[in-house]
Amino acid sequence: MSWPFRDQPQRRLLDESLRTKSMLWIMGIMLFLTTLAAAAGLGMASASRALDRQLAGRLTIQLVEADAARRDAAVRGIMASVRRLPQVRRVAEVDRARLAELLQPWLGDAGLDAELPMPAMIDVDLASGDEADVAAVKRAAQTVAATARVDRHAQWLSPVASFLAIMTWFAAALVVLMALATTAVVLLAARAGLDMHRDTIAVLHMLGSTDRQVARLFQRRIAFDTLMGGLLGTCAALAAIWLLGRQAGALGSELLSGVALARSDWLMLAAIPAVFASMAMVAARSGVLRALGRTL
Amino acid sequence: MANIVQFENVGLRYGTGAETLSDISFTLSAGSFYFLTGASGAGKTSLLKLLYLAQRPTRGIVRLFGEDAGALPRKRLPGFRRRIGVVFQDFRLLPHLSAHDNIALPLRVAGMPEDEIEGPVREMLAWVNLRDRAHAKPPTLSGGEQQRIAIARAVITRPEVLVADEPTGNVDPEMAERLLHLFESLNRLGTTVVVATHDFQLINRIPDARMMRIERGRLSDPTGALRHPPGRAGSGDAASSNGPV
Repeated sequence: MSWPFRDQPQRRLLDESLRTKSMLWIMGIMLFLTTLAAAAGLGMASASRALDRQLAGRLTIQLVEADAARRDAAVRGIMASVRRLPQVRRVAEVDRARLAELLQPWLGDAGLDAELPMPAMIDVDLASGDEADVAAVKRAAQTVAATARVDRHAQWLSPVASFLAIMTWFAAALVVLMALATTAVVLLAARAGLDMHRDTIAVLHMLGSTDRQVARLFQRRIAFDTLMGGLLGTCAALAAIWLLGRQAGALGSELLSGVALARSDWLMLAAIPAVFASMAMVAARSGVLRALGRTL
Repeated sequence: MANIVQFENVGLRYGTGAETLSDISFTLSAGSFYFLTGASGAGKTSLLKLLYLAQRPTRGIVRLFGEDAGALPRKRLPGFRRRIGVVFQDFRLLPHLSAHDNIALPLRVAGMPEDEIEGPVREMLAWVNLRDRAHAKPPTLSGGEQQRIAIARAVITRPEVLVADEPTGNVDPEMAERLLHLFESLNRLGTTVVVATHDFQLINRIPDARMMRIERGRLSDPTGALRHPPGRAGSGDAASSNGPV
């Protein structure tokens, strides 16, 4: 089956000398920004997932008891009681030195004083962060000591999780906005192209060209510009992301290390030019067909 | 002979202005040769535009190949246009394409495979005596050369109807005769030819051709009686009638 305008000679039907490089650069810049926004979104989502994984099943049982002997007995009882629960993976008492270290910013060296009554802390890791499991731990602890308090780590870091979630959505919204802006640019470029090549299109129509044949000339050209510009912009963005990732890794921050991109994320980012080129092709095609539909 | 084109009380108006063409009625037989004459601005080009579907009539019926062209949906127009070859007065060659590619354009539009295009294009280039200018672009060609390329482009698909607007206006008499012979040979192969021209010498070279004359947007000689008068005295009556050719 023959496919009109498939081969090289048909690609020359539109005057190449009228073609500008501006579309290539515009697409390059837009896809650079889109890739950065998408990378930020994927990184935030990854950090959010990592945070969820780390904190979901983590609890701390706090026991405030001034009498050291009673406190130590209660701690042992609570640990034994909690350990018996099937959903508990790990139970460990936070030692006094670690507590003193945590309190050092507020108490200074006073935290090291053995006479200073300090609450006992027991770290518990659960298989999951289910409410029922947390409630079971709370029951087990309070059966031994009614004053025992159970805190979920996720609760302390919920502002961070919320922030990460907002940033993820914000990045997703940016990507959508960039996609809309790209579509608008493509439609404008298609309209400008139609205007620029009006005489050629008139001749092609008089010779029996269909609207689809004419649209194909524009959609191919615009898709090519988007793909080339996109590859340029995305490659630059990926290089920038890689460099930023290296710098962030060197900081040694636990939170920033969670913002790392997985292999699947890199693949998704690399696919952006192809996705945008396809989108540009569809937008150009529909824009040109709509404009030609208004002519005879 | 079957009618290939039929105009019934056709009127054409551009925008809100006065009618450019009024009450045009005629019939063209398949395989005939017609000349369309008239003063500049009389409406020749407008009539041809209706014939090659660049315009729809504002009233009346234009029937092409047995169908009402005015009522055709847009998507069917390309199929009809491929059956009509057009030589535009201003050539309308694509300036960025070579002479070869301009001539090949209708074949490419029709979806002919590339390996089948070369032969007919070479043949047409030889026929219009421009084989050595195959790779030249229109801006580097003379007016006459451009006109010959435009004619080659119009006839390469062997159209059922060939419409030519002043096709010999920019060529020397020898080339005009050659082009006319091309039109004649196409006509002999069954193509209906309509040539708009001022050139009465050209008209006289094809004795069997019929002539239509357009004056101020009205067809004044639709029967061809001016070209083939039944008698010198009776020609005036025949010229004013508006019946089929």
